[in-house]
Amino acid sequence: MSWIDEKGPNNDIVLSSRIRLARNISDYPFPPVIGEDQAQEIISMVKAGLDLEFMDGEDNFDLLRIKDLSPIDRQVLVERHLASRDLMKQAKISALFVNEDQLVTIMVNEEDHIRLQGILPGFQLFEAWEMLDQIDDIVEGRLDYCFDSRLGYLTTCPTNVGTGLRASVMMHLPALTATKQITPVLQTISKIGLTARGLYGEGSEALGNIYQISNQITLGPSEEDIINNLLVASQRIFERERQAQEALLKVKGSQLEDVLWRALGTLSHARLLDLKEFMSLLSQLRLGVGLGMFSGIRVEDVNDLMILGQAGALKKRAQSNLDRDQISSARAKAVRAKIRAIMDK
Amino acid sequence: MLCHECKQKQATVHMTKIINGHKSERHLCEDCAKQQEDFTGISPFSVNDLIASFMDLSSSHSAFTDNRRVKCPVCNMDYYEFKKSGLFGCRECYKQFSKELAPILRKIQGSTEHSGKIPKRSGTDIFLRRQIRSLKEDLKKAVQAEAFEEAARLRDQIRELEKPQRAGGEE
Repeated sequence: MSWIDEKGPNNDIVLSSRIRLARNISDYPFPPVIGEDQAQEIISMVKAGLDLEFMDGEDNFDLLRIKDLSPIDRQVLVERHLASRDLMKQAKISALFVNEDQLVTIMVNEEDHIRLQGILPGFQLFEAWEMLDQIDDIVEGRLDYCFDSRLGYLTTCPTNVGTGLRASVMMHLPALTATKQITPVLQTISKIGLTARGLYGEGSEALGNIYQISNQITLGPSEEDIINNLLVASQRIFERERQAQEALLKVKGSQLEDVLWRALGTLSHARLLDLKEFMSLLSQLRLGVGLGMFSGIRVEDVNDLMILGQAGALKKRAQSNLDRDQISSARAKAVRAKIRAIMDK
Repeated sequence: MLCHECKQKQATVHMTKIINGHKSERHLCEDCAKQQEDFTGISPFSVNDLIASFMDLSSSHSAFTDNRRVKCPVCNMDYYEFKKSGLFGCRECYKQFSKELAPILRKIQGSTEHSGKIPKRSGTDIFLRRQIRSLKEDLKKAVQAEAFEEAARLRDQIRELEKPQRAGGEE
């Protein structure tokens, strides 16, 4: 279970809803200048708080110390959106708590001491916030947060100060991209304090027509207002995407159908797939599934394909470090096998 | 033209280097270009750069230039380090650099006052203070509107809330 293989509302366009809260512990230097001993103390404090609450084993969190993980395992965690690349860069001091269903993770000693993250499939921003709000209270139970009555939660970077909240929706927008409506849409959202990024966060490109839309502002409005602002805007984008898809189907029906079936054909038979081509074929597959074109394939299957086709997952499966060509070949092979399994069901 | 590196894809990134009058050219596809460290021109934009650029904007401010050498006494972070990384070293930095921070917050955040969640443990006083502040505003409005009964009720409510705080001896 996780956001990848669970059905969520409208998840052919809205892949996931994510909430992240940044917190720091009073009287400790922030992670950029913290010593290793103090960093370990922080990991222990968070663990103690969680252990106390979840003593009977339900909703238990696993503690992963990043320095104990292989480079491949680290990459897999990033690909599944359970942890960030920054967390992996400071392996000496950082740790990750993952709960059983992988919906909640707690990054310790990333940019801030504590970064709580909740991620749910489809449009479920408020559900994710409620879930995380409770975990936040539990974590706080054993320690004192850095909090200022005027500025709110104090974060390492002042772009997160206040609520420390980053809400984001991961959206698949192939029709808006194809009809070139995406640029004005992204320009508009930047005017209302929102921002768009690619699949793997800051600085990454929008591979496979996947965009992460999130709030830029963290100080001033309440958590509910920030989330609501994002929800309203992303719902509008969702409607626009649906309309654009229907329009494309109407105007270029048989051509579109041909392109999408060919994508399925390539994915089922290709012998080499590089990441870019793979993501773009998956985008077409996802669009076809959303339009009800491929009856045997579900959106969750497309998510599975996306995750299993990432470099880290492929290396993990091969149990070795693959070079670029080997990855392309392993990716094509894994995708072929998966599609066969889906079709046989 | 095909990429010089992988010799498979179309070259879309072209780099000309001139070192000591010696000119060299390279033509790469996007994928190979990404793996070349020389191509810093396409490094991703980050929020920290944004902060640095805002700090430059505010550096003409005279009060600001005086504070340039201020160091945070707790974590030793100084202005230059903060400007470079966009990151603070500890909670005290927020106090030490408050003058520099205010214009940045106004530009990036549009606001300088938190109105969201308050931590349960350390937050009870803050919650009270916020409640009192909002009641005082209501009181002011009631007085202006000459709604004296309402004003008296609000005044009593404020007094009631202020009691435990006084007992604590702190603001």
